[in-house]
Amino acid sequence: MAEGQEQGWTTRLSAFFYRHRGLKLSGFLGAPLLWLLVVYLGSLALMLVAAFWRVDSFTGDLVRQWGTQNFVTLWSVSVYRTIAVRTVGIAVAVSLTDIVLAFPLAYYAARMATPRRRNMVLIAVVVPLWANYLVRLFAWRLILSSGGFLTAMTQKLGFHLDLGNTNWAIWLTFSYLWLPFVLLPIYAALERVPSSYLEASGDLGAKGWMTFRRVVFPLVIPGIVAGTIFSFSLTLGDYIVPQIVGNTKFIGNAIYDSFGVANDLPFAAAYALVPIGVMAVYLFMAKRLGAFEAL
Amino acid sequence: MESRGAKLFIRVGAAVALLFLFVPLVIVVLYAFNRSIGQRWPITSYTTKYFALAWHNPDLRTALWNSVQIGVAATLIALVLGSLAAFAVHRFQFFGRDTVSFLLVLPVALPGIVTAIALSSTITAFGASFGLVATLVGHATFCIVVVYNNVLARLRRTPGSLVEASMDLGGDGWTTFRLVTFPAVRGALVAGALLAFALSFDEIIVTNFLIGTNLTVPKFIFDNIRQPRNRPIVNVVAVAAMLITLIPVILAQRLAGGATNPSVAGAKAQSAQSGMGV
Repeated sequence: MAEGQEQGWTTRLSAFFYRHRGLKLSGFLGAPLLWLLVVYLGSLALMLVAAFWRVDSFTGDLVRQWGTQNFVTLWSVSVYRTIAVRTVGIAVAVSLTDIVLAFPLAYYAARMATPRRRNMVLIAVVVPLWANYLVRLFAWRLILSSGGFLTAMTQKLGFHLDLGNTNWAIWLTFSYLWLPFVLLPIYAALERVPSSYLEASGDLGAKGWMTFRRVVFPLVIPGIVAGTIFSFSLTLGDYIVPQIVGNTKFIGNAIYDSFGVANDLPFAAAYALVPIGVMAVYLFMAKRLGAFEAL
Repeated sequence: MESRGAKLFIRVGAAVALLFLFVPLVIVVLYAFNRSIGQRWPITSYTTKYFALAWHNPDLRTALWNSVQIGVAATLIALVLGSLAAFAVHRFQFFGRDTVSFLLVLPVALPGIVTAIALSSTITAFGASFGLVATLVGHATFCIVVVYNNVLARLRRTPGSLVEASMDLGGDGWTTFRLVTFPAVRGALVAGALLAFALSFDEIIVTNFLIGTNLTVPKFIFDNIRQPRNRPIVNVVAVAAMLITLIPVILAQRLAGGATNPSVAGAKAQSAQSGMGV
């Protein structure tokens, strides 16, 4: 640039920001941080506070008075404990089912398939992941309804199976919905196992099963745990599936009912702390198992 | 490496999982052409007449228009905030950088009902109203991380030497951004936007709390799924909704380069994973 020539304003602005990096950083970070702090963290904090409020039983108005009555109710009324235990129980069952279902397909894609086939399998896993949650749920309502696909198929095989509106239906549907979430981390973990480890194990005399049990499986555990973080968190936060294919209540339904039907925000907020607590414990255990390094 | 029996076992298991993934989708598509109003299997006669019926349903048109408005607005907000955050995290070393990524992912990592109740608390406490605006704020909050992940991944793959070369050639910050950085991340921006739109279009857990008495496409399905009278329309809407979500995702996949690209392969899963890894 020739000396004495007027510099463009953009150049001067760039130079200014180059000299004041702090200002530049806040220019970038300010808006997103503000949004998340105000909209999201602010809401979470407010929810925590609202959990200690109550609703006037006569007028139905929000009483902003500090008290632990919601937590006393949660603890002392047995139905809320039953619901919590049922939710966590099904979440565990769904996670285990998905691990069993995902493992062979993930193993096939990661270690046996040609690159072309591998791509096809990955697309096949990702398509259902994105094919609209409610639609996939609706599919299971169609399948499980009496006279539907499942009863018709089992009748052909000579027995009668009607799972409509049962916990079995909820378990199956959740397992279907979260399978891709569990599969992808397991696939990623399997793909990262170096072939040389398997060869070394073979050279040391281990047969296939031994190699799997002693070499492959321990290396894939973090991936498995990482996958179950999703199946767990998503099951704990769902209130749609139990309504559509089942007839029992989950934590999500209890929260949804107390907010949407009874208009009791404080109690809903208090109950929402339960899945947060469960997830905190689960994430802590997952961290100990090395799940975060696997991601 | 694996014995013959093990290989066979894995192949059979893989086939079972693939069937499990796809049979329900095929069944949904078939039911969209079911002439009967019932849900019995097998379907005895087929028709396309319910597509026209759905297209002329006024509620459904409102729902579709609302979904598009919310999706576009949430995507635009996520696009701005997500890429700003990605640039900040990529370009600068600062105190609390890991906390920022954690904060971005929190709305996706926590159970959906928690996000829903948290946002509802704010709206109730401040006496604001439920509706389209509340919903799009909620959607934007969890869409930010999708854009952020895509842009950050692309920035990390772009060599820093390109920016330095531009500076050496006399380009100022703006020129470098316009001619070097922006073209490098353009694809990631489009991919992130498409995924964010798909995520918003698909959402029901949070939407159901924030939308009030309005409709979106998933809310329409949710409201009508148990009403036998509207069953054929729901069947048709289900297939349409599936396509509307899938098309942007497939486009995004193309743009970000192949199915194996982890930033797209499971942006939903991935968005939550990358942040929990901090």
